Amino acid sequence: MSVDLKTVKRVAHLARIAVSEDDAQRMTGELNAILGFVEQLNEVDVAGVEPMTSVMPMEMKKRVDAVTDGNKAADIVANAPATDENFFLVPKVVE
Amino acid sequence: MTELTRLTIAEAREKLRGKEITASELTEAYVSAIEQANPTFNAYVATTPEKARDMAKASDAKLAKGEGGALEGIPLGIKDLFATEGVHTQACSHVLDGFKPRYESTVTANLWTDGAVMLGKLNMDEFAMGSSNETSHYGAVINPWRASGSNKQLVPGGSSGGSAAAVSAFLCAGATATDTGGSIRQPAAFTGTVGIKPTYGRVSRWGTVAFASSLDQAGPIARDVRDAAILLKSMASVDAKDTTSVDQPVPDYEAAIGKSVKGMKIGIPREYRVDGMPEDIEKLWQQGIAWLKDAGAEIVDISLPHTKYALPAYYIVAPAEASSNLARYDGVRYGLRVPGKDIIEMYENTRAAGFGREVKRRIMIGTYVLSAGYYDAYYLQAQKVRTLIKRDFELAFAAGVDVILTPATPSAAFGVADEDMAADPVKMYLNDIFTVTVNMAGLPGIAVPAGLDGNGLPLGLQLIGRPFDEETLFQTAHVIEQTAGRFQPEKWW
Repeated sequence: MSVDLKTVKRVAHLARIAVSEDDAQRMTGELNAILGFVEQLNEVDVAGVEPMTSVMPMEMKKRVDAVTDGNKAADIVANAPATDENFFLVPKVVE
Repeated sequence: MTELTRLTIAEAREKLRGKEITASELTEAYVSAIEQANPTFNAYVATTPEKARDMAKASDAKLAKGEGGALEGIPLGIKDLFATEGVHTQACSHVLDGFKPRYESTVTANLWTDGAVMLGKLNMDEFAMGSSNETSHYGAVINPWRASGSNKQLVPGGSSGGSAAAVSAFLCAGATATDTGGSIRQPAAFTGTVGIKPTYGRVSRWGTVAFASSLDQAGPIARDVRDAAILLKSMASVDAKDTTSVDQPVPDYEAAIGKSVKGMKIGIPREYRVDGMPEDIEKLWQQGIAWLKDAGAEIVDISLPHTKYALPAYYIVAPAEASSNLARYDGVRYGLRVPGKDIIEMYENTRAAGFGREVKRRIMIGTYVLSAGYYDAYYLQAQKVRTLIKRDFELAFAAGVDVILTPATPSAAFGVADEDMAADPVKMYLNDIFTVTVNMAGLPGIAVPAGLDGNGLPLGLQLIGRPFDEETLFQTAHVIEQTAGRFQPEKWW
């Protein structure tokens, strides 16, 4: 499978990365090189093979259902580019 | 003072406990070595000399009373991927500009609890994506090794290039690193240092910036095998904050060092003999086989038939997981924000300006292979192939193989700004051809320096073990090290 310029622009939008016409052109070639490289996986007979979902066979740990953390609003917003009284500020999303 | 920086961790530990030296003296020696040499190597992206001095002073107080942890007073460098409270933590990306976490990663917290001293944050490929440390927002790291009779600048490998260069150039006693496809073992091999990627689940991932969550694992880079064992003992833990952390006590890895490999079964996988592999690498491998045979081990040929599919499967799984993990960098909660006419444009502009080319490339691949209609063809297929790769290893171990010996890398360190690699991303990816299988299967792997190539550059061998059998890796690597000797660059800086 390979991608064309239109697909690259669509994927870039899905990934929320602004691309110029030149970027998109360049990426099309690079992505096709990588997709060409991974194509060889189709040779592998995977009939009856389960996909790997965890590295080690183990049950996922669950933490106790109790409040163990919190009251850290100031810490959470400390690194944000724009805040107001422990709220993150973003451009208007609802008209 | 400079000779203090030449001590291994084990030697420094001895001298600190014997009160022959103080942690403050040792720290001061490293602080001045970094000041003098870091402009040459660009190994550190942030230094914390004041913090280091304070920590050393506290260590000295403990040592004076005959107290102190396993790493009391030992100065370490920390890869920029580990969250360190109040200190530069950016995964060497522009998108995390100015980020100073309000929390400490489990790995670094474990090290500080054991008394280690922090010298600063080490350079790396952006978000650990790279094999040459050239994708860092802070520029390339220079390898302390140069080919004999040449001034050409070489890369230290990646992504833990800053860690490997700093250890090799005596700018820290040891370093933390991480390995998603070979990022500890490949730079260790390129710099004549020892690096171990532990079994997935051995070291907590909490507070480590995520790249590909089912593959990422932290480990140390050190001057020798014993130091790597000492560091891993402190880094590893059982952590309730990481659901993939495995409930198994951490053994005393150092106790495995010095044990004989007599009667041990060493597997030699035929699939690791690849086309175009330099003769030096093949010679090194044969040499390693001969050493272990002489030490009493039994050598058996084995087959890991799905080896060649590990790298292509990795380039589906890792970008897919990365595209999801890196979705959090949106200009809202931390780091860089580039304005736009609305919120979507703000996201797009922030991510366009914040991520470098390699990171964007991988996010794009990941987004594409996970997008509607392609999931089965790519991601599901790759996860099935991953099961087969893991099964290959399981069959070998079930047949009685204790450890598998392979080359660590298909070449020695290459030049900075190599044109072939810049032109074709797949060429750069091939650096991980021998290491990536281990991540795909979740196994432990260690790279140990074993010799020099014809140009005088270090080359490493890799040992792969059973899950949670890091002890056998240290034991076997130490036998190789005893025979091969240690490798240090000639000081030209």
